Amino acid sequence: MADSERIAEIRCLSRPEQLQVVRQRLRGVLGDCGCAQELINLIVLAINEAVMNIMQHAYKGKPSGEIVLEIRRVDNELVFLLIDHADPVDVAGIKSRCLDDVRPGGLGVHIINTIMDKVTFLKCPEGTGNQLELRKKMPMPGVGENGTGG
Amino acid sequence: MSYQVRHEGQYTVVALDGEVDLHRSPEARKQILDQLKKKAHVLVDLSAVKYIDSSGVAVLVEGYQTAKTQQLEFGLVGVSPAAMQVLQLARLDKVFPIHDSVEDRVNARQE
Repeated sequence: MADSERIAEIRCLSRPEQLQVVRQRLRGVLGDCGCAQELINLIVLAINEAVMNIMQHAYKGKPSGEIVLEIRRVDNELVFLLIDHADPVDVAGIKSRCLDDVRPGGLGVHIINTIMDKVTFLKCPEGTGNQLELRKKMPMPGVGENGTGG
Repeated sequence: MSYQVRHEGQYTVVALDGEVDLHRSPEARKQILDQLKKKAHVLVDLSAVKYIDSSGVAVLVEGYQTAKTQQLEFGLVGVSPAAMQVLQLARLDKVFPIHDSVEDRVNARQE
C-alpha cells in the first residue's frame, strides 16, 4: 500500500463480549484521527458488523479465534484491514439481501456496504484465513461531513 | 444482566439500554419473546440505547413478526438517535410502529 501510515492495531478474541472493547478502542482511534462524531458512529457500526461476521461465520461461534484489525491512513482515506485465521469463507456467497423482505438477520453486509466506500476480500498469502479490507474517505476540512458511501 | 420490564396500561414495556450488540441481544430476545408468550402487547423502549447492531435489530424484527402472527401489538417507543440511524440504514424505520413515548401510544389507543 503506497505511502500508508499505520495508525493502530486492535486485537481481540472471537467472543461477543469483546465487541464492546473493539468499539471503544476504535472510537478512540478515530477521534484521534480527527473524525467527526457522525463519521465515527458510522465506521464503528460497519466495523462492528464485520467483526461480528467473522465471529459468527468465519469462526462459526468458536470463542478462541483471533481477530486483528489494522487501521491505516492513505492521504484522506482510512483503510481498515480485518484478519482472521479461520477457514477461507465462500466470498461469492456473501451478498447484501433484498431489504424488502422483512426478516431477522442478513443485515450486516448491507450495513457494511452502505457505509463503507469500498469493501474487498484480499487473497491471503498463505492460502489460509481471511483478510477483509474496508475503505472510507474522510471529508476534507471545510466540506460537509457525512457518512454513507458505497 | 436483564433488561427492565414494566407495565403501563395495556402494554408491557421492555426497556433496552446501553449497547445492544451480539453479546447482549440474546437477553433482549429472551425478554421480548417471553412477554409475547404471555400474550402481552409489547412496546420496546429504545430511549436509553446508545448503540445497537444488526443482531439487536434482528431481535426487534423477530419480536414484530412473532407479535403479528399472534395478533398482538408490537411497537418501538422513544427511539434514540443511535437506534434510529441503524433502523434507517436497514430501511426498517417505516416498518415498525414507532411512537414518541409509551404515554403517546396509550393515549392514542384510548382515542
